[in-house]
This record gives sequence, C-alpha cells and structure tokens, in this order.
Amino acid sequence: MSMKAKTRHVDSVTVVDLSGRITLGEDLSELREMIRNLLGQGQKQILLNLGDVTYIDSSGIGELVSGFTAASNQGGQLKLLNLTKRVHDLLQITKLLTVFEVYDDESTAIASFQKAARA
Amino acid sequence: MSCEPESIEVTLESTLKSAETAEELTTKVCSQAGLDEEAQHQVGMAVHESLMNAVRHGNKHDTSKHVWLRFQLYPDRLEIHIRDQGSGFDLRRVPDPREAENLLKVSGRGIFLIRSFVDEFRVYNRQGQGTEVILVKRKNLRNKLEKRGKAS
Repeated sequence: MSMKAKTRHVDSVTVVDLSGRITLGEDLSELREMIRNLLGQGQKQILLNLGDVTYIDSSGIGELVSGFTAASNQGGQLKLLNLTKRVHDLLQITKLLTVFEVYDDESTAIASFQKAARA
Repeated sequence: MSCEPESIEVTLESTLKSAETAEELTTKVCSQAGLDEEAQHQVGMAVHESLMNAVRHGNKHDTSKHVWLRFQLYPDRLEIHIRDQGSGFDLRRVPDPREAENLLKVSGRGIFLIRSFVDEFRVYNRQGQGTEVILVKRKNLRNKLEKRGKAS
C-alpha cells in the first residue's frame, strides 16, 4: 500500500495523518513537498501521526529528519505521534529518539506545542 | 545426504519497484526457512535496503542493468546474495549514522540497518563483475528445538 497523507488543524497545530509505506519514491517527494508547503504557508507547528504507517525504510526515516531540520531552521517544530513498535524500534536503534519529540497521545502532543509557544 | 543448499535465484530490473518485489519474496523464503515473523520483517528490510543500494548506488538507476538475488537455505542459516553491476564500495568508509555529526543527515542509514538486522553482512567488489553483498541470518536454534520437542 502506497503512502497517503491527510492534513487537519487542531488549534495552531497542523496534524498530518500518514498511512501506508513511507519508502523511497514519488510518495516521499510528495511528503517533502507537503512539509515545505506547510512551512512556507507559516504553519510551523507540525505533528506527524505515524499510527497507520505500516513500513518505513531508511529513506523514509531520512525524510522525517529532513522535515525536522526544515521546521527547526524556520523557527518551527515537527513532532511525532503514535509510533508503531517497529517504527519506534527503528528510531531507537538509529538514536533518532534523542532528536524527535515523540507522543502517544494526541492531546498531550498538541498541548506541548502550546506550552512551547507560551514559554 | 547432500550438503548442497536449497537455492532460489531471480533476476530483477534496476528499478525501485524491484526492492518491494525482493522484499515480498524474502518474506516468503524466510517463512519457508522457519524464521519467525519479526525475523522475516528484519530480513525483508535488510534485503529492501540492499536492493535500494544496488539500484541507486550500484547500477545508478540504469535500467539496462540488472540486480541478481539468490537465496541459499542451509539447515542452520539463510544466506542471501545480492549482486549489482556497479563498481562497489568500501564498507570501512561508511560512516556511523548514530554519531552526533551524522544524526541529522538525511541519508546514510541503509547499511547500518542491514547490519542491525542480519547476523553477518559481507561485501565483495568483483573486478569487472559488479558488487556482491551477502546477508546471513542464522536460525534460532532454541525455537527449532522447541518445535522439534513439540512434534515428537
């Protein structure tokens, strides 16, 4: 199953619900484009919901890092929500859990952006 | 008793789609080899990453070139050979993606994931004949003994 991405807004946060496989190819370019467009439109608080992601490869992981860096460079934040065990394990062995803020509850994740904005 | 391993070989096109095809085939072979679901996923991912490397870095997306994938089933292990038509690479020069200076790099995690998911990973640069990588996954002997115990 190829990757699908849907965006929705909760308070000031853009939640991107991703599903399917995040692997090298056209889908990955679309994800990159989507994140760049959101940042370009001033939507700088991005929460990627990976709950329905069935597979991610090294290129997919690289794209998450790319999105994180692009958001940070523009004064924004990109965080992750609902990691499956396999995605969690991949981020753990690659030490990327030390980079990303990861949540398993959407309201807590949304609140973390508000807290950061107030600070 | 023959010592020859059971062997399956396929020739794949140099396209990204081949990685998916190889991964599906790997899962089936791993299942046949008696590897559990997690091991099937891990070996499938190692093959996916190897194929991606062969297509992108080895054959450089040249669709006139091919990638050869061979599975060899031994009683104690599964060996997977993947050969491309590229000029090869030096494993010692592949940086560790977990180092602080590499952590935010977009690429460079493929080889690390392959090494994490198989028991042995070897690279042979064959002069004029491309590069061959060999992935070895050992069978979990404890599970095998448990299954044998249940069957008896």
